Amino acid sequence: MGNTLPILVLAIPFVMFLILGLGGVKMGRKLAGTLGILANGALAVVAYIIAFTYFFSGDPAFIDAEGVRQQLEVFDVTWLAFTDRLVVNIGFILDPIAAMMLVVITTISFMVHLYSWGYMEHEPGFQRYYAFLSLFTFSMLGLVVATNIFQMYIFWELVGVSSYLLIGFFYKLPSAVAASKKAFIVTRFADLFMLIGILVLSYYVAQTPADGPLGTASAFNFSMLNANAQSVLASTAGATFLGGSVLTWAMVLIFAGGMGKSAMMPLHIWLPDAMEGPTPVSALIHAATMVVAGVYLVARFFPVFGVVPNSMVFITVVGAITAFYAAVVACAQIDIKRVLAFSTISQIAFMMVALGCSYNQLVVHEGHTVLGYMSGMFHLFTHAMFKALLFLGAGCLIHAVHSNNYTEMGGLRKYMPICHITFLIGCLAIAGIWPFSGFFSKDEMITAMFNCNSFLGWWMTMVAGLTAFYMFRLYYLIFWWEENPKYKEHGHKPHDASWQMSLPLIILAAVSCVAGFIPFGEYVTFDGKPYTIHIQTSVAVRSLVVALLAIGLATLMYAKKNPLPEKVKNFWPALWTAAHRRFYWDEIYQFVTHRVIFNIICRSIAWFDRHIIDGTMNALAAVTQWTSLKIRGLQSGCVQAYVIWYFLGAVALAAITWVCLL
Amino acid sequence: MFSNFLIWFVIVPIIMMAGLACCGNSNMKAIRAVMVTCSTILLAMAIYLVYDFLQLRAAGNTDEMLYTGSWMWYAPLNIHLAVGVDGISVLMLLLSAIIVFAGTFASWKIDPLPKNFFLWFALLSTGVFGFFISIDMFTMFMFYEVALIPMYLLIGVWGTGRKEYSAMKLTLMLMGGSAFLMLGLLGIYWHSSADSSALTWNILEISKNGAIPAGWQNLLFCFTFVGFGVLGAMFPFHTWSPDGHACAPTAVSMLHAGVLMKLGGYGCFRIAIYLLPAAATELAWIFIILTGISIVYGAFSACVQTDLKYINAYSSVSHCGMVLFAILMLNRTAMTGGILQMLSHGLMTALFFALIGMIYGRTHTRDIREMGGMMKIMPYLGVCYMIAGFASLGLPGLSGFVAEMTIFFGSFEHADWFHRGFVIAATTSIVITAVYILRVVGKLILGPVQNEHHLQLTDASWWERLSTATLIICLAGIGFFPQWINETIQQSFTPIINALNSVM
Amino acid sequence: MNLTMLCYLVPSLIMFAAGVYGFCTRKNMIALLISLELMLNAADLNFVVFNRFLFPGSMEGMFFTIFAIAIAAAETAVAIAIIINIYREVKNTDINSVKQMKF
Repeated sequence: MGNTLPILVLAIPFVMFLILGLGGVKMGRKLAGTLGILANGALAVVAYIIAFTYFFSGDPAFIDAEGVRQQLEVFDVTWLAFTDRLVVNIGFILDPIAAMMLVVITTISFMVHLYSWGYMEHEPGFQRYYAFLSLFTFSMLGLVVATNIFQMYIFWELVGVSSYLLIGFFYKLPSAVAASKKAFIVTRFADLFMLIGILVLSYYVAQTPADGPLGTASAFNFSMLNANAQSVLASTAGATFLGGSVLTWAMVLIFAGGMGKSAMMPLHIWLPDAMEGPTPVSALIHAATMVVAGVYLVARFFPVFGVVPNSMVFITVVGAITAFYAAVVACAQIDIKRVLAFSTISQIAFMMVALGCSYNQLVVHEGHTVLGYMSGMFHLFTHAMFKALLFLGAGCLIHAVHSNNYTEMGGLRKYMPICHITFLIGCLAIAGIWPFSGFFSKDEMITAMFNCNSFLGWWMTMVAGLTAFYMFRLYYLIFWWEENPKYKEHGHKPHDASWQMSLPLIILAAVSCVAGFIPFGEYVTFDGKPYTIHIQTSVAVRSLVVALLAIGLATLMYAKKNPLPEKVKNFWPALWTAAHRRFYWDEIYQFVTHRVIFNIICRSIAWFDRHIIDGTMNALAAVTQWTSLKIRGLQSGCVQAYVIWYFLGAVALAAITWVCLL
Repeated sequence: MFSNFLIWFVIVPIIMMAGLACCGNSNMKAIRAVMVTCSTILLAMAIYLVYDFLQLRAAGNTDEMLYTGSWMWYAPLNIHLAVGVDGISVLMLLLSAIIVFAGTFASWKIDPLPKNFFLWFALLSTGVFGFFISIDMFTMFMFYEVALIPMYLLIGVWGTGRKEYSAMKLTLMLMGGSAFLMLGLLGIYWHSSADSSALTWNILEISKNGAIPAGWQNLLFCFTFVGFGVLGAMFPFHTWSPDGHACAPTAVSMLHAGVLMKLGGYGCFRIAIYLLPAAATELAWIFIILTGISIVYGAFSACVQTDLKYINAYSSVSHCGMVLFAILMLNRTAMTGGILQMLSHGLMTALFFALIGMIYGRTHTRDIREMGGMMKIMPYLGVCYMIAGFASLGLPGLSGFVAEMTIFFGSFEHADWFHRGFVIAATTSIVITAVYILRVVGKLILGPVQNEHHLQLTDASWWERLSTATLIICLAGIGFFPQWINETIQQSFTPIINALNSVM
Repeated sequence: MNLTMLCYLVPSLIMFAAGVYGFCTRKNMIALLISLELMLNAADLNFVVFNRFLFPGSMEGMFFTIFAIAIAAAETAVAIAIIINIYREVKNTDINSVKQMKF
């Protein structure tokens, strides 16, 4: 494979962004939309060809004689050289996870492009929307093919801004503007840590001698760092900060960037608000692709994270807490997109735990395939498909009833059969029911967690149960419960959406049904060697039973209108309110940012500037003026006063002369 | 003398002034014709200069300064009109030419007294260009003053708001800085050579002689750094900047924030650090503290302002603080980042002030609380404002990112906790910048329309589009292809790094 | 009786002091002029006395005094002219009425 296809992967969406962004206003909606969809279709084809070639061609560049898949840099050109060792390259890395991500991103992006044709039909700024989608696709592809941590940081920022632009797409709504701002600033805050982490890591790596194991390669390069993780550890030997080794700090800080993008606690607050954006955007960015960037980062840097086990423990703990928290909150949301948002947070945390908990396999069974790594990536893949499906389904629902809240829905199964079936498939997949895709990936993850620590395994099994419960709660409240009387008032009944919107649902539902049977371990593993997935019966049965019990409970409570949910809610109303208000995280942030930082710090600094610094300058001017006014008083115009001064002066001079001379 | 290419950078603005003087008082067509012709010529000259400079360097010319020339001006004090440029000055000349060009179009409809406005504007450009081509400290200082004085009239006559106060404050504070500077320069002159009969103002010779005793260096470093630092808006001498920018007319804000403030940073490394390296290594920490405060302080102050120009003026304090901060790190990467930041900030702030001027010209208010939804009313200006904002908060693909990253990675090469602590404090500015930029964008550009009357306003006219598009293309150009600029600047720092290494 | 230098200098000093006192306290410009003349004459007297006692052989002091007397006469004429003009403006000869001339 030459450079052409990889360059096209980045060039197509970027050129589309420029064309639609600059010329979109002049184009009609139809032209802009068609261009966007066609370009994205072409992009998907290119990405499939790359992935197919990589996985199946058997080219020795991609898979060596022993069947180990290789990591290669298709191209890597210098973009900016800070010093000889700190060189930023823009390149294209090709390895199992990058190839897998190419497929995921282009597929979902294409689905979303197609779906938006119907969903955004009547919105002003249609062309701008497609331009932003192209920008996002470009940035996300650049992120996953990054050959070095700095390139990843560059595109990391770019996906952040695309996300900002798309969340704030309905820019006339103050809530959308606020949400986009929040998303950008929270992730920027996290990126700050990531930047500091990169600064620390690259400093120590660049300090190693050129003839050492790290050679003269750029200190940002993933392949070099990953291949020499032990040397990277050695380069920071002896340097500690607050009791932790510097490398641990660096990796934790880099992971903090991932926490921001992947909405881990406590930086998760932006994701639920990001649902203000158009629903297809939520499906693309805030469910399937951008929010898994943190998981991808950990996977990409896995060996270096692996040599500092404390950072892996940190990832596991953060993931485990977030997964549980988000699942609990999802049980008490009314807005269907928020439920899905919290479910996304919870599922991403699942992947994080799967990656984080594999560290001891890495250390204990060195050279052995890391189950957690494989299953985390597998779940990333399946989750992208079914979560995009769920979001797109939610978009159809919102389109049909013009509200985000399930209180405006109910009994929709009769009116929207396609949406109903596909949504059900999505729910079954995320709940982990055999034979849907979520079952396979989740089962592997939970096996990996039990391998690490049985408490962790049980904890995450419980979260999986909660997942099944809140997803089916949502499903029943939308499609069953009771028929909402408002449909009759409106005159027109809700109905399934146009084919552009239904087709992606059907495709994604089909993928969710069969994706579990992909022998994922054959393609994507930590060390490139194929791994055969075995369903571990005990774990599988355990999680299936928990999921079925949870679904049963949801059926009992929500299948038909009954007072049970109210009773449960009133059993401990404070808990329900707290969960509904997301355990007050937003209020805490609001307090810290607005009350403390904005009101106390910023205002006092501004006051200090106006009154102290400026005041000093004005006081200086005032003193000068006062002095000159006073001195001017001596120039009274009164001749006799002059004479007196002159006389006194003469006497004084004489006196001084006399004293000095004698 | 006239065969030297550089001298034409001063002659062309003078011709421009002569041409303007011949125009009728309110003959807008003639005035615009002169301005557009001359600023285009200047821009073409600057582009050619960059091209030719890179060609010469590529051909292996490793002289410290190229296109040098020196003509005696006042023999008893050995003052020359000495010119020469290295990679940094070449880029600064290009920046100035771009901003003069964009500024001409941004003040297309200046009122009242258009002729006089452009006369002073041209004089200001003369000073700026003269400063960047000089390598004789005295003529450098003279051009510096030539650039400062027109500011007083430009703000005092064509400004808005408390213009007399601001003009006076700006002029007096900068003159105060000049007083320090003059002392510093005289001190350097008196110690410029071990042989008291061969005293010189020429920067290259002074550096070669290296005759300034260490004790004197410390004193002179403080004088020159503070002198230039005032113009570079260093805390606590920054307070002229918010008022000055807020009251200045559009093109003057552009030129002032875009170029004039860069004179400060340029002088800091060209004179204070290059000529006084021993003092620089010894005393840098004091100014690192001050500029470190500038960065965070300016950013926090900008968060609560409600006047658009104040927001950008405080943002300039923060960004210019970054320039001086980087220069004080005294290593090649960080100093390169400082220069990149100068270029980036020059273009970006010029764009900001141009846009603010255009918005103010339509709405007659700069209070963000009274405006909103500009994206709907004037989409072109709204998009430009967002691009400027993204450049300011360091979005990759625009120049601000390149500059900030170079500064951070360069500064982090210092392994001690003092430097690292300040670098980490400086990095927090990227978040605070995002906060205040998005606050403005959210209130001004996005959101619902606040004032019904604004719905009738028109979008940008062709000259406004030309002015902003020029700047945006430059911002994106640096952001996408930073390496050639980076290399040019890095090479140009070799003499300064050598001077620093010789005393470390 | 032997006339020493002091016998001349003391009256001269008294004259001068009287002139200074008069110049500082009187409001009438004519009185000021008279005080001025007193001081001038005290100085002239000193010239003559010092010339006579210290450098008996030379005459410069004498000439200078005559010169000064002549100039004083001219000066008085000018001063009176100014005073008359001021009087025409402000209708009095009070020195405090011409303060505006400070700027």
